[in-house]
Amino acid sequence: MSVTMEEGYITEDGRKIGGTLMEMKNITLRFGGVKAITDISFDIKEGEIRAIIGPNGAGKSSMLNVISGFYVPQEGEVWYKGAKRPPMKPYQVAQQGIARTFQNIALFEGMSVLDNVMTGRLNYMKTNMFQQAIWKGKAEKEEVENREFVEKVIDFLEIQSIRKTPVARLPYGLKKRVELARALAAAPHLLLLDEPMAGMNVEEKEDMSRFILDVNDEFGTTIALIEHDMGVVMDLSDRVVVMDYGKKIGDGTPDEVRNNQDVIDAYLGVSHD
Amino acid sequence: MFYREAGDFKTTYTDDNQTFPIKFDRYRYYAVLFFAFLIVPFVINDYWVNAVFMPFLIYAIAAIGLNILVGYCGQVSLGTGGFMAVGAYAVYKLMTGFPEVSIFIHILLAGGVTAMVGVAFGLPSLRIKGFYLAVATLAAQFFLVWLFNKVPWFYNYSASGQISAPERTVLGIAVTGPNTSAWATYLFCLVFVTICAIIARNLTRGTTGRKWMAIRDMDIAAEIIGVDPLKSKLSAFAVSSFFIGVSGALFFSVYLGAVEVGEAFGINKSFLVLFMIIIGGLGSIFGSFAGAAFLVLLPVLLKNVLVGMLGWPTDLAAHLEFMIVGALIIIFLIAEPHGLAQLWRVAKEKLRLWPFPH
Repeated sequence: MSVTMEEGYITEDGRKIGGTLMEMKNITLRFGGVKAITDISFDIKEGEIRAIIGPNGAGKSSMLNVISGFYVPQEGEVWYKGAKRPPMKPYQVAQQGIARTFQNIALFEGMSVLDNVMTGRLNYMKTNMFQQAIWKGKAEKEEVENREFVEKVIDFLEIQSIRKTPVARLPYGLKKRVELARALAAAPHLLLLDEPMAGMNVEEKEDMSRFILDVNDEFGTTIALIEHDMGVVMDLSDRVVVMDYGKKIGDGTPDEVRNNQDVIDAYLGVSHD
Repeated sequence: MFYREAGDFKTTYTDDNQTFPIKFDRYRYYAVLFFAFLIVPFVINDYWVNAVFMPFLIYAIAAIGLNILVGYCGQVSLGTGGFMAVGAYAVYKLMTGFPEVSIFIHILLAGGVTAMVGVAFGLPSLRIKGFYLAVATLAAQFFLVWLFNKVPWFYNYSASGQISAPERTVLGIAVTGPNTSAWATYLFCLVFVTICAIIARNLTRGTTGRKWMAIRDMDIAAEIIGVDPLKSKLSAFAVSSFFIGVSGALFFSVYLGAVEVGEAFGINKSFLVLFMIIIGGLGSIFGSFAGAAFLVLLPVLLKNVLVGMLGWPTDLAAHLEFMIVGALIIIFLIAEPHGLAQLWRVAKEKLRLWPFPH
């Protein structure tokens, strides 16, 4: 197995990984005098689960924000689907098929679970406001079609029983799941997960891991995730980027990363062995 | 028969998406429509129309409009009075400029003009939020009132500076001017209220409404899932101003007949409509009606009780009325900050289980 192969590779569990979906080339991001990310390059291949790890303040979330268009890096290029991506607004990035979840849940508290998940379908809604004001006809048809897709996602994540509950009333673990549902409803090519297991108990973590693997398996969605739980990261991901102080210090399969001396020194430390 | 969903199964998403998914609710809604359209016009008189029904219906449109902006999209506005004035002056210019065109179309066009003005004053919302936006819309309020006072073209160079509505008819029946009959003006307003409420409901239950609410609840997350904040905020300003413009046009042409801008569309109007939606319930169409009814009916009721039944002097009653309405608003906000609509929801929840709450 060779990670650097242009046409993808076969993972240990036998899944075929395709060509490059997204490539970060020499990204540097500064906030005033602070360098959050220094000259980082890595790629995300189609169909893989790619993890970004690193200690607190390593620049992982900044990296995710660069990918999702929140931050525009001062230097470097973002390539997506074989083309260089010009600086664009977050909503334009979303329209290109990149969805994400947040570290601190960013759901719409005033809306029901169903409405929250339906917002994930916004980019597929083509009727204009006049058609929606009349409702009967095109708008209703479109609503029903998208509802069908959303119901599939709701089934998949096993949140049928809370579909009409206001999000504000849900416990933390379920909120995380609803947020994942909203991202999945967009049927993204690339799904970004910012600490999907943060603050969860073991059982919830297992559920979430299962969902992540299933999403990747059933929909073929490419996933990039940030996570602190080393056990989870090493089990889930196909390849791992390790960051420290805004620099990339390791990149490879979980095994390679685990045996990388820089990574051990910087992050995993002696306690790992 | 009672309010409950048991046994009321939905087999399609279309059924599940209806405005009133519960059968009892749906029949109640048809009953209200039937009553409003087919019974009230026959029993109504001038006093009821002028004191109760017309202000209620017209303010309900304004409240729906403001609720779309404040309750659904989360953009605070204090410019309602100014936007109502735009509707009024637009309809006045249209009525006098094109007398042969139907008043019905004029009022819709006046709404359209107000929508454009609303979008222009909504532009700051892209940069500023909350109280700061409220101040920016306050500027719109003062600027628009000043403009309509200052430029004589708007009031056709009349000596008094007032605008007054000429007589216009719909299907041969006068709805504006001095020779109107109570039932005609009532029905005319009712048609607009019904259309506006249905449009508002359709917009807020679908994609547009979800975009607005997403912006209201968390604008950053909204942007990340693909909502263009520029488009959706401005569309909220446009739709909201359209309704407010329609209500301003009706307020001037059908209800008052003659208007002096500072008096009829001053800052008080902005606050009144804002109170209506706060008391009625933000983010609820029903709340807009409830709030409008509350603030229109309460003074009438108090006046009838104090002057009519207790025989107090009018000036004393008028002052006391201010105090009581003010106190009630405060009590209300403390007891139920989510408004009458929330009370209604809680009542419905209770009713679903009644009489076996366990």
